[in-house]
Amino acid sequence: MALLIQYTLISSAVLILVALGGMFSERSGIINLGLEGIMVFGAMAGAMVMVLAPADMPKGLIVVLTIGAAALAGMLSSLLIAVACINFKADQTLVGTAVNMLATAAATVIIKAFNTVRSNGTDFSAKLDYNRGYKAFIIHTKYIDFNWFEVVALVLLIVATIVFYKTKFALRLRACGEHPQAADSVGINVYAMRYAGVLISGFLAGIGGIIYIAAANSTWHFDYGVAGAGFLALAVMIFGQWKPERIAWSAVLFAVFRSLSNVYTAIGFLHALPISGTVYNMFPYIVSLIVLAFTSKNSRAPKAEGIPYDKGAR
Amino acid sequence: MEEKISFFRRPAVQTILASVLCAVLGILLGYIILLTMNAEHATEGISAILTNFFKFSGNTKVLMKYMGSFLVKSMPLILCAEAILFAYKAGLFNIGAAGQYTVGIIASLYTSLALGWNWFFCVLAAVAAGALWGCIAGVFKAFFNVNEVIAGIMLNWIGLYLCNIILGGAKCMDQTKSETFDIMATNPSAVLPAFMTEFFGGNKYTTIAIPLTIIIAILILVVLNKTTFGYELKATGHNKEAAKYAGMNAKRNIVLTLVISGAISGFAASQLYLTGMEHYTISASVPGMGFSGIAVAFLGGLHPIGTIFAGLFVEYITLGGQYLNTNYYNPQVADLVIAIIIYLCGFVLFFKSFINRPGKVKVNANAEPANTSAKAEEKEV
Repeated sequence: MALLIQYTLISSAVLILVALGGMFSERSGIINLGLEGIMVFGAMAGAMVMVLAPADMPKGLIVVLTIGAAALAGMLSSLLIAVACINFKADQTLVGTAVNMLATAAATVIIKAFNTVRSNGTDFSAKLDYNRGYKAFIIHTKYIDFNWFEVVALVLLIVATIVFYKTKFALRLRACGEHPQAADSVGINVYAMRYAGVLISGFLAGIGGIIYIAAANSTWHFDYGVAGAGFLALAVMIFGQWKPERIAWSAVLFAVFRSLSNVYTAIGFLHALPISGTVYNMFPYIVSLIVLAFTSKNSRAPKAEGIPYDKGAR
Repeated sequence: MEEKISFFRRPAVQTILASVLCAVLGILLGYIILLTMNAEHATEGISAILTNFFKFSGNTKVLMKYMGSFLVKSMPLILCAEAILFAYKAGLFNIGAAGQYTVGIIASLYTSLALGWNWFFCVLAAVAAGALWGCIAGVFKAFFNVNEVIAGIMLNWIGLYLCNIILGGAKCMDQTKSETFDIMATNPSAVLPAFMTEFFGGNKYTTIAIPLTIIIAILILVVLNKTTFGYELKATGHNKEAAKYAGMNAKRNIVLTLVISGAISGFAASQLYLTGMEHYTISASVPGMGFSGIAVAFLGGLHPIGTIFAGLFVEYITLGGQYLNTNYYNPQVADLVIAIIIYLCGFVLFFKSFINRPGKVKVNANAEPANTSAKAEEKEV
């Protein structure tokens, strides 16, 4: 049971952050399908920091640097989406998909090249091993192991909720996602707001990416990307109706199902059932499909999402 | 001069120009990536990708054999792209094509290896499986208002895990080699009929998949442009509400579009796996064919025939990655180049409106209609 809670906490930290990222972006009017790719970029940058950190570096510094690098990489890669979708009015679905493909391919190429150079041409794999960095994040307690990542996720969730409901900035951002022309008419810079939305999503998804790979594993094969976690987060966001507190609850719900596939062997009665382990892998996806079917009917998606803002349009 | 401008303003010319520009820029960026990885061998690397199997051009028989394999691998890619294009014309982004392709693999390999069916029925099974998967996404979209992209992605993963469960069993998979049995040895009746094997240097994998793909591309072209159904699909894609107002059954059209799109994707899987060239191995990620199909469809200017050429090009570059010297580079560089090309396709709209930008304003009344017609063309894309 402790194991289940542990995995659930990790998965919900990932899903909360990435879904919040998606929320900020969509509230500003940009559908960010590239979350998955941004996560990969964030994960790669964070893992690189953990691998390259010198052995005598204090744990606290590793934690800060890793998360910082992941967030920065996430923001930089989200610029790929921002530039194409905001300035060049590109099809947001296409660009998002392209960023996802780009991320996996780029991560594979970069990590392989990195490994080849580091091992003097004996290691061609796309695998990074960051055991020491992984250990730096763990907080041992008597019953379950916590993780610095969960603390970070909790803090960011609180900050995001406050920002979202209590600041002028978020009000303006949301206006740009509902009716950009109206927002523009009262002097809000729609392009700047949308850039802000996408960059925040990059920041959060980048951190989500490093949590995804480093919270429960000490190695990662980058040719797998992040196995659809970004898309699961989008489902969480829709289920959460683009509101931070609802996103948090739905993320926990999804995380429970996701964790079952990791820990079902340790839970007696589940293990006894004559079901292949792969079935548990399908669970989160099946559940999210069904859940979406029931919640999408009255969905309150931002009105102007997916439509490039054209100053001249009426 | 006047004539030349009208030439460049023709939508077809612009589409081709834009795609070629994307491809060239993509290759150029690929070259820069190679330069940053290893400057010394970059030129050699990019020419290895571009020369590809033509390095065997001294020996016609070998060359044609490679050419045959290249065509066999391109066909499913083109079919996936046709599936995506077809749905896109109706305003649906069928990212679920990857999952529909995956269930197509399940159906074609299970019926052929475990049930020992004849090829014709195996293909039908794959088509039906793909159609079913498309239908699920369509029903979710039409009746529950679930975004087809999200539903498609969830179904992709469900399909992948199903595939691992079903094909991972002892009936289909050689447990020692952990790949599915060789279809040519297990059930030769399930192998697609051969096509011009002699011409392709005795390549045993060239099958009727090649002509069938071309026929399907032409069929799609005809359905989209010459039938009421195609017109309704495009109308729904342009403006759902207007189509509904005009008496078209939007829900039926959504489901039907995704069923057809799924059927084509499922068919695509059968056209590769029933040649015996490809074996399924347990995989942790959804087969990339459906995603590359998105690239191909957009690079092909969302035109059924343009897609054929784009498919050949993308497969050519992917294949080229294998000719890179692995001491300096890894084959995934080719995937990276393709991802860059799709990303660049996002800028096509901008490129077109740049060419179509109204010239220096002559008379205000004249400038207005010119501008709107340019916009109408943009929307058509």
